[in-house]
Amino acid sequence: MSAVRCVDLCKTYRQGDQDIKALDHVSIEIGKGEFVCLSAPSGGGKTTLLNAIGGLDIPDSGEVYVDGERIDNLSKGELADLRLQHIGFVFQAYNLIPVLSARENVEFVMQVQGMPAAERREKSNAILKEVGLEGLEGRRPAEMSGGQQQRVAVARAIASRPALVLADEPTANLDSKTADELMELFTLLNKHHNTTFVIATHDQRVMTYAGRLIRMLDGRIVDDIDQRAA
Amino acid sequence: MRIFGVLFRLAWRNLWRNHRRTIIMLGAIGVGVWAMIFMTALTRGMVDQMITDSIGVLPGHVQMHHPDYQDDPSIANRISISDADLKDKFDDAGFEAWASRVRVPAIITSERESRGVTLLGVDPAAESEISFFDYEGVEGRFLDDAADKGIVIGEELADTLETEIGKRVVLMSQDPDNEIADRGFRIVGLYSASTKAVEEAYAFIGKTTAQKMLHIDDATTEVVFLGDDYRNVEPIYDAVTSAVDDSVSVRRWYEIDTYLGTMMNVMDGFVLVWVVVIFMALSFGLVNTLVMAVFERVREIGLMLALGMKPGSILGQIIIESMLLMTLGLAAGNFLAWATVTPLESGIDVSIVSEGMEMWGAASVLYPKLYASDMILASGVVLLLGFLASLSPAWRASRYEPVEAITKV
Ligand SMILES: Nc1ncnc2c1ncn2[C@@H]1O[C@H](COP(=O)(O)OP(=O)(O)O)[C@@H](O)[C@H]1O
Ligand SMILES: [Mg+2]
Repeated sequence: MSAVRCVDLCKTYRQGDQDIKALDHVSIEIGKGEFVCLSAPSGGGKTTLLNAIGGLDIPDSGEVYVDGERIDNLSKGELADLRLQHIGFVFQAYNLIPVLSARENVEFVMQVQGMPAAERREKSNAILKEVGLEGLEGRRPAEMSGGQQQRVAVARAIASRPALVLADEPTANLDSKTADELMELFTLLNKHHNTTFVIATHDQRVMTYAGRLIRMLDGRIVDDIDQRAA
Repeated sequence: MRIFGVLFRLAWRNLWRNHRRTIIMLGAIGVGVWAMIFMTALTRGMVDQMITDSIGVLPGHVQMHHPDYQDDPSIANRISISDADLKDKFDDAGFEAWASRVRVPAIITSERESRGVTLLGVDPAAESEISFFDYEGVEGRFLDDAADKGIVIGEELADTLETEIGKRVVLMSQDPDNEIADRGFRIVGLYSASTKAVEEAYAFIGKTTAQKMLHIDDATTEVVFLGDDYRNVEPIYDAVTSAVDDSVSVRRWYEIDTYLGTMMNVMDGFVLVWVVVIFMALSFGLVNTLVMAVFERVREIGLMLALGMKPGSILGQIIIESMLLMTLGLAAGNFLAWATVTPLESGIDVSIVSEGMEMWGAASVLYPKLYASDMILASGVVLLLGFLASLSPAWRASRYEPVEAITKV
């Protein structure tokens, strides 16, 4: 059973009097434990595809399966549950809750899941250390740099050990050194926990970490390369 | 239940995010609640005093009469049970106080004027628990006992009659055979009451003196019973009714003085209306604040939804925030009310305005009354209405589309 399967997805946005095909008959299958990079220039449809996979947005047509379960016809509540329990998100634009500290943001998903405080604390401690935010646990987002905020978002996405992590340009605000560290962390988690990663990016360096590179252009898949073979 | 912890934390932090706005809202709620309770305390004090005074003067908490006495309060409609039997029945029945009286209309005449009054033949020993005025405060003296031959009238009546202590007046009424019954009395005391109307209304003489004057042996026309709280007269009523038969009618004070009874009910209604009206004014601010807050947080609310938080939790979060705001405002308002009313409970001199209010029984010193029940009522109404008012903004927030919040750059 594949981790993610999309069949013939279409999504059209209307901008003014123009129809924009954000997804144009997209079909992909991603196996469990794969490390996939979704690459496209800006406006290529990466975010739209990730949102469809993550149950945040319903495509106009086509089918989406996560863990073998069809999700494009689920109710809002069921989708919320799916996101909460099975998927870790790093969003492109807005990631952290301003009134919560770094640690509280990292623990947020686990807390909503209902995880006991002690267990939460243990996991957030470990993950904050891993992303290099030790000592900054008490800071609010406004008191951190863009890179630090991004790392908090990543920490939150992986803290609850979801089976699938969807990251939308996770390195966008990071310097190259931090970006490398982050990608190494992703690789590590992918290896150790068999977590499936789908990372949207147009950062060349990020792509080199991926086992599989899917290129998109104008809402269509134009290339699908298994980089491990190369 | 775990989710409540995070919702509470978010609500609390969000509340203090915009300090200025929150503090202004708190001030508004605090002052509003203070006004609710303060005004209520003043009005309560006024009505309370009015009722207590009036009950003290006349009805007691429960009264017993001849069934026809209410329509025709004459000596013909006197109570069939003799005074001695009444004593047997009620002396050890556990009332705070009780007294039997002769109470009939009469004319009082001085050498210069005459006036209609209510003649009260009383036993001072029994009345001392019941009557309104302080006996020490009587100018001259009050009646010594039921057989006293003197008369005590109000200061205002003495003025009207142009008479004074030591002078004689004549009381005139009818006996059961419709013959004129009259008798001369020497004025031994002048009482003062909280209102001039009361001072003009009653003339006190000894009970046995009255019985002799009216040729009624040891009969009386009225028996009054007093409990410890005018709001709770049922136990007394039950005790009295079970002790007598149909030959007398037993009524509660609010049945006797329907005006006062209505007053008490109107008062309860008034408190509620007043609280609701003030709240309505507040609710505009509250709803506005919440709508603003929710609007400002489109993105983070969308984010929380995107991460898998349930719309119901978003709704709960906004409502908790609103309830926190309410609770703090209520605490401030209740404290303010307590702090301002308590020092005033010893009385506010309102004699400047009281002249005009005397006609409806108000006194010239106002004693505000802070009832816990009123504070609870005000707080409860504010919380309930606050809850209802926050439903709409909270609902709106819970309907946000997560995808719009997180993709907007
Ligand atoms: N909510 C929207 N309304 C209108 N057009 C949209 C909306 N979201 C995305 N688009 C359009 O769809 C196309 C794909 O967008 P997106 O998936 O965000 O691309 P990417 O993430 O690769 O930059 C773009 O042309 C974008 O302008
Ligand atoms: Mg994008």
